[in-house]
Amino acid sequence: MDLKLDHHSKDGIEIVDVEGEIDVYTAPRLRELLIELVNSRFYQLVVNMEKVEFLDSTGLGVLVGGLKRVRAHDGSLDLVCTQERILKIFRITGLTKVFGIHDTVDEAIAARRAEK
Amino acid sequence: MATVELTFTALPAHVRTARLVATAVARRSGVDESLLDEVRLAVGEACSRAVEGHQLYCPAEPVRLALTDLAGRFEVEVTDTCAPGARSPGGPGTVADPAGGWMAGADAGVPAGLGIAVIEGLADDVQISETPAGTSIRMSWPLAGADR
Repeated sequence: MDLKLDHHSKDGIEIVDVEGEIDVYTAPRLRELLIELVNSRFYQLVVNMEKVEFLDSTGLGVLVGGLKRVRAHDGSLDLVCTQERILKIFRITGLTKVFGIHDTVDEAIAARRAEK
Repeated sequence: MATVELTFTALPAHVRTARLVATAVARRSGVDESLLDEVRLAVGEACSRAVEGHQLYCPAEPVRLALTDLAGRFEVEVTDTCAPGARSPGGPGTVADPAGGWMAGADAGVPAGLGIAVIEGLADDVQISETPAGTSIRMSWPLAGADR
């Protein structure tokens, strides 16, 4: 399926819901959304990937680009993902050490609050 | 002769089609269900890399995907026709990273060679060969019931 993107605020953190496939074709749309959010001064982001069916290295590049952007404003970009098929690519590339990866959105928000 | 051969215009939109075809042929050839996600991701990475290279250096040329069920293994070969001399230095995987790597810039894209690294992490047999005509990535997986 194609990529569906949505976002909403929760407890002062912007939650980005991603559904579908993030690949070389669709990743630019996610990149644009992350840039748009940062430009709108949303610097605390949680990307919910529970409904992502496919993620490749292009998608990883976009997430890392987003992380770089929010960090420039002392912000954060955490991920929500429990799917083994998606987590595997984070492990292969060593990115589990770069991103905070949580089981639920609430857990990601709580972890972010605890760090403040 | 390949079991199924596909050539496609070097556009990102067609990479998904290539993934779907490769996964369907792998399943039909007898690749274990537990390996199909790896096949799908590795084929996607190889095709993405080829498409990005073609878009930079030879957009009119198609990318070729060959899927072969042979001697207990399912083999995939993705061939681009970007002559090595036309690429920027650094060998396979270097074409997709104009931003220069992981955290190099706010728009940092795919780091150099990440796609190749992912492929090598997924397929248990990968061969990358450069010829005067371009680069070929060949990878294979065992068929269910075959000796590994």
